[in-house]
Amino acid sequence: MKRLFSLVIAAMIAGTPALADDLRGTGTLGIVIERAAGTVAVIDTRAHTRLATVEGLGDLSHASAVFSPDERYAYVFGRDGGLSKVDVLTGELVNRVMQSGNSIGGAISDNGRLVAVANYEPGGVRVFDADTLAPVADIPATDIGGGKRSKVVGLADAPGRRFVFSLWDTGEIWIADFSAGPQPVVTRITDVGANPYDALITPDGRYYIAGLFGEDGLALVDLWHPEKGARRILDSYGRGEETLPVYKMPHLEGWAVAGRHAFVPAIGRHEVLVVDMDTWTEAGRIPVHGQPVFVMAEPGGRHVWVNFSVPNNDTLQVIDTETLAIVETLTPGPGVLHMEFAPRGDQVWMSVRDGNEVQVRDTLTRKVIATLPADKPSGIFMTSRAHRIGL
Amino acid sequence: MVRLVAILLLTALPATAQDVAPQRAAALENMLIQDCGSCHGLRMTGGLGNPLTPDALAGWPDDSLVATILHGRPGTAMPPWEALLSPDDARWMVDRLRQGVTP
Repeated sequence: MKRLFSLVIAAMIAGTPALADDLRGTGTLGIVIERAAGTVAVIDTRAHTRLATVEGLGDLSHASAVFSPDERYAYVFGRDGGLSKVDVLTGELVNRVMQSGNSIGGAISDNGRLVAVANYEPGGVRVFDADTLAPVADIPATDIGGGKRSKVVGLADAPGRRFVFSLWDTGEIWIADFSAGPQPVVTRITDVGANPYDALITPDGRYYIAGLFGEDGLALVDLWHPEKGARRILDSYGRGEETLPVYKMPHLEGWAVAGRHAFVPAIGRHEVLVVDMDTWTEAGRIPVHGQPVFVMAEPGGRHVWVNFSVPNNDTLQVIDTETLAIVETLTPGPGVLHMEFAPRGDQVWMSVRDGNEVQVRDTLTRKVIATLPADKPSGIFMTSRAHRIGL
Repeated sequence: MVRLVAILLLTALPATAQDVAPQRAAALENMLIQDCGSCHGLRMTGGLGNPLTPDALAGWPDDSLVATILHGRPGTAMPPWEALLSPDDARWMVDRLRQGVTP
């Protein structure tokens, strides 16, 4: 190491910056899913450049990604059951396994050793070694007859080498604890409510909250006290008496927290709900432009940004978390699917799917400061997620 | 199977061309892949929603599928799309699904 360092210094002194230029960290890197093409773009979030295109990741409908603790590898979860490991430093696909027939996201353990994938078909969770992608554990979900098992959604990592996930068909929340080794201890919490459709873990890693599609309310599990089971909160959250068509399931990943308030997308309704996290009761409702999909807080929590389902998905709204007023309505373009803030919040990246571009905006002025071409972009994931619980 | 698809194509395409303008067809194609694909998969192999491949739909008559698109399926996550799609649009979607969708 010392020798390498000397070489670098020598190279710099000799006036040949190549080696020094080639050395770089990954803290400013990220990936953009190009879902229809099955490719991933590696981006530099400071230089606003597209560094590489990684091909061969299969069907990336609804794909998401997590990062290794060294921020070098992205684990990309595809719809076709593919689990792909991408080296963002070299822009290469280094490993890929077809681990199921149909999957929906995943998580990486707090120690970075295990990668878990939530599967629709066959319903359950499969866990892999993060280095080799060799199988470690298989956790089949509850049998629902006809040779099928419940679909699994809302898989998240929790402190203590745990993964938490929800069972869509059977209304359960399971906690798989890997702290004692590769054979998990699974805690099953049943009767949490009908059709949990997505879930999140609060940024402190303590609470797991699943949204319910089949009835009103949210199911909350205190991960400090899983023995207490799930508690129903926010019975006012839901589709209500006059159920409205839900054109796209909202995403609960990334609890938008500002002070004691959390901001949650209502389901089917043109509203963002404000939740008092001290009492877990509703503290307000903010009428918005359409059915919200992602409600995301700027790092620092001053504003939350909201995007919408079809047919209003060309628009973003920005809400002041103090006054609960909408301070700006933006129209970035057709198909605004996802947003990702730089870790300290100075810029926000957004996918404009049908405009085939990624926009970078200054968070303060909300003006576009760069655009990058991308083929039907969807999720944007920056390497800083490596160090955040539940992302 | 290939022959069945070919027959369906022959019977389906003239109706499609008459009832849905080319520009609308392009918008519907994008909506089918991108928005229906959110739940059913970009390749219609299923997700939270059922698979909508030609094989998966083989036992379903056109009218049932059109009704499902327009009115949804109560008790499931499939919403009614009639606020956004006309019956001709829905019929176009069914025809298109029967041909097999690849993004």
